[in-house]
Amino acid sequence: MTDTPVILTRNLTKSYGGFAAVQELNLSVGSNRITAFLGQNGAGKSTTIKMLLGMIRPSRGEGTVLGKRITDAEENRAMRRKVAYVAENKPLYNYMSVEQTIGFASSFYPDWRSDFATKLLNEYKLPPQRKVKALSKGMRTKLALLLAFARRPELLILDEPSEGLDPVGIEHLLQMLVAQAAEGVAIFFSSHQIAEVERVADHVCILDNGRLLVDASLDQLRQSYRRIDLVFASAPQEREFRITGVERIQTKGHQMSVFASGNAEAVIERARDLDAVSVEVAPVGLREIFLETVKEN
Amino acid sequence: MFFKLTPTTGHPLYLQLMQQIRHATESGALHDGDQLPGIRTLAEELVVSPNTVAKAYSELEHDGLLELRHGSGAFICVKRRTRSLADHVQGARRQLRDLIEHLREEGLLDEEIKRAFEAELLYPAEILRKR
Repeated sequence: MTDTPVILTRNLTKSYGGFAAVQELNLSVGSNRITAFLGQNGAGKSTTIKMLLGMIRPSRGEGTVLGKRITDAEENRAMRRKVAYVAENKPLYNYMSVEQTIGFASSFYPDWRSDFATKLLNEYKLPPQRKVKALSKGMRTKLALLLAFARRPELLILDEPSEGLDPVGIEHLLQMLVAQAAEGVAIFFSSHQIAEVERVADHVCILDNGRLLVDASLDQLRQSYRRIDLVFASAPQEREFRITGVERIQTKGHQMSVFASGNAEAVIERARDLDAVSVEVAPVGLREIFLETVKEN
Repeated sequence: MFFKLTPTTGHPLYLQLMQQIRHATESGALHDGDQLPGIRTLAEELVVSPNTVAKAYSELEHDGLLELRHGSGAFICVKRRTRSLADHVQGARRQLRDLIEHLREEGLLDEEIKRAFEAELLYPAEILRKR
């Protein structure tokens, strides 16, 4: 398994006047995996994606996608042939029918899989004759996804792909992502649907206020993040627990709750040394990791 | 074979899958020579990254519980060693039953026993060794 990054950025920055939408971003997205890009609305996810695709020029810093420099127009064109991108607003031609849209898109790509496109068209229950402007939001999303999946790309970049989909549509989308990944397509998708990310992603990047706060594998996050709830005979001192890995401490009377991104053993040992009456260790889900990380920032 | 992975338990999904396959062989749900679905098929069925299934399979192969034949899938191999492990698990369950009975007699509620159990299981191994 080769693991040359499909996306690599160094100090990638985008400022609008005095406002920095993306700050000093150092991303490295591996091939052969599904990477989720998490962040609140306005965190800078779409700006980052647009810079990667050469749609917005970075203020500073540099980056490559599939080894091609993002700021070089020539290299950018070569890259775009191998990257399928589904934009947040799913831009499609309103005056075309579903069928015409598919035919139009297929003419651009030599690797287009017509059989696969037809299969998806049936699975998605998209009416071939209907005009794009008459499609529901969910159908529009499905059509945009179909166009991306049928292209046999090397890298799939999806900006909020589940937007507008119902639970059945989301489940199908996730299955499609898994199937694409199984064929060796690298996937980079932004989302704020944490439950779906937690299931399919191998790797998670959390962006907040334009800064990359978490860049780790989900296995790593699952194994290292813990919430440790402690009870003491007398009111505990928070400073005793300000050790590496502890992100947040809350105290209420004799109770203390420690949120740790790692080093839970040390917290437990400290608690034992301080004669804690009760020590309970609980795993932390991605939702909580996300909320705590964003709160800290 | 049914597998159920829980994303929020604090255990990597590949470890959960490994444990469930191991448990299935120990409990007799899977036998020597049984075929498991291919990586892609199982990944799509469970809706998890193919890497999760691939990692579980390769770790199990490393442990000698699974044989990966190129192109034809994954096959369970249960040696005598794992059978005795099954007896081990049976014994452990008996001990657990006694312990739970004892704790109930002491007046602990099931919910409290469960919480204590889960908390202990999450203790890092190195601390347990020191105790």
